[in-house]
Amino acid sequence: MTSPLTRRLWTVLPLVVAAAVAALLLAPIVGSTPISLARAFDRGIPWADNVDAQIFFVARLPRVLAAGLVGGALAASGVVLQALLRNPLATPFTLGVSAGAALGAMLAIAAGLDMGALGVSSVPLASFAGSMVATALVYALARSQSRGLSTNVLLLAGVTLNSFFSALILFVQYLSDFTQTFRTVRWLMGDLDVGGYAPIVAALPLIVAALASFAVLARSLNLLSLGADAAAARGVDVVRAERLAFLSASLATGAAVSLAGPIGFIGIVVPHIVRLLVGADHRLVLPASLFGGAAFLIVCDLVARTALAPLELPVGVVTAMIGGPFFLWQLVRHS
Amino acid sequence: MRASALLHAADLGFAYDTTRPVLSGVSVEVSRGALVGVLGPNGSGKTTLLALLAGMRRPTSGRITFDGRPLAAFTRRQLATRIAIVPQETHLAFDYTVLEMVLMGRHPHLGLFEVEGPADMAAAREALAAVGASHLEDRDFMTLSGGEKQRVVIASALAQATDVLLLDEPTSSLDLGAQLEIAQLLRTLNETRGVTIVVSTHDLALASGVCRELVLLRRGGVVAAGATADVLTGPNVRALYDVDADVHRHPETGHLVVVPLHRAS
Repeated sequence: MTSPLTRRLWTVLPLVVAAAVAALLLAPIVGSTPISLARAFDRGIPWADNVDAQIFFVARLPRVLAAGLVGGALAASGVVLQALLRNPLATPFTLGVSAGAALGAMLAIAAGLDMGALGVSSVPLASFAGSMVATALVYALARSQSRGLSTNVLLLAGVTLNSFFSALILFVQYLSDFTQTFRTVRWLMGDLDVGGYAPIVAALPLIVAALASFAVLARSLNLLSLGADAAAARGVDVVRAERLAFLSASLATGAAVSLAGPIGFIGIVVPHIVRLLVGADHRLVLPASLFGGAAFLIVCDLVARTALAPLELPVGVVTAMIGGPFFLWQLVRHS
Repeated sequence: MRASALLHAADLGFAYDTTRPVLSGVSVEVSRGALVGVLGPNGSGKTTLLALLAGMRRPTSGRITFDGRPLAAFTRRQLATRIAIVPQETHLAFDYTVLEMVLMGRHPHLGLFEVEGPADMAAAREALAAVGASHLEDRDFMTLSGGEKQRVVIASALAQATDVLLLDEPTSSLDLGAQLEIAQLLRTLNETRGVTIVVSTHDLALASGVCRELVLLRRGGVVAAGATADVLTGPNVRALYDVDADVHRHPETGHLVVVPLHRAS
């Protein structure tokens, strides 16, 4: 007599992992310029002459990897924030956490901190600091109401924080160099054109650390979503679990935003579809959202790259076009 | 302190802020196998008293011992294997199934990455059977009626396999039929499974029909405590609720019946 979780883990996980891997392998092949995979991996052709390899490894693969990482991190952070705030409408984007992270990243860029002493960019850390400030504000609001945040308070807090941080972002932008402005405007709409592997390598340890915390928290998140008292009654150290959830969700969001800007709505679209398919157990929802989010953003970015080729849309436009209506539908359903 | 006292609270005080104490000088003794009711009007401190007894909050003064050890010496997780508490109402943010809800009671018995095994499944199913809710196993918790929800939450607490079960006004949001069922269930759990139960309520029928001992609480202090038959008297009901009442024994059930007459002047 195995638990329902064990059975579902073995059916769901291989599927979502396969979806993410398939997206990761297929997306770099597709694009405005057709390439041959055989030529790209042909070591007989010198690198300087191998246009296929250059397109595959330099132009597309980093972008697809970034999409996978960012999509997974934002979807999983969404799940954790939803459990922490006991509200299925909480997401890094709508709460203003992404905007906080974006402000942190922009301040670091404006201050010329993109390259630290060891050649490691400090932008992800600044971005993490920004997301933490925003999450701390929301969390403080939530703590003041014992039953978690009501949807009204949650939405108002999100709107307020978003416009507050946006104003500060505009302010920083206004003060900074004109040539940077075009680049940052694009980045603020969500831009996965990371330009190489270095930014991915810089963000990866932060995201891995956050995911490790999510794994430790998974069962406690089930209990936290019943309420703090109910969780404590079943043996959860609530303060510790909430702190870890809050820190790690901020960490993953900060790292994701530093990489690709504040891409919206992944944190609600993916977890909701996942819950419809696999139920509410966080030990299943978290990994399924991680891999589902990766696949989702890779596909959205593929659409952004190819829909109006050779023009490229910012990927945030694609996710918002899907996510905006989805969010409204959820809002109607839950209120 | 009697040797058999499992849960012993002496001279408890509690305040969220110092100007308005919620409880003061409250002493409660719960023996193994007891069925104790904490009876009092709204705002008398029942919920707070239960939260203190469950170790969910620390008293500002006084001390609580469980099984001879100070409650504060237990970790949150250790305590969750000894004392379970059922809140007045349970709201879920996500659609958990009934079985998932009951399995959550196994949390304190599982290691960090451990998944519920056959023993946990057996405990959950047995708990569901004990509350008569086996047929609800695959239902979504949110779709249940108030009485069904309360049964499932009690099953989740039973799956915790604790010595003591605390229930905070388990019948206050239920209709008459469901109230009766929960009352009967508490009695059965206590008599056939030997679960030690402390239940807070402002429901006089639950107090007189189910509880063998009562603690009467008003404005954070104990008005009277002892065997139900000794404590549930006209003068005590008046002291508790400011209501003149006629208390007599029901000819069929043998329980005390409290008939409220009018507001005491």
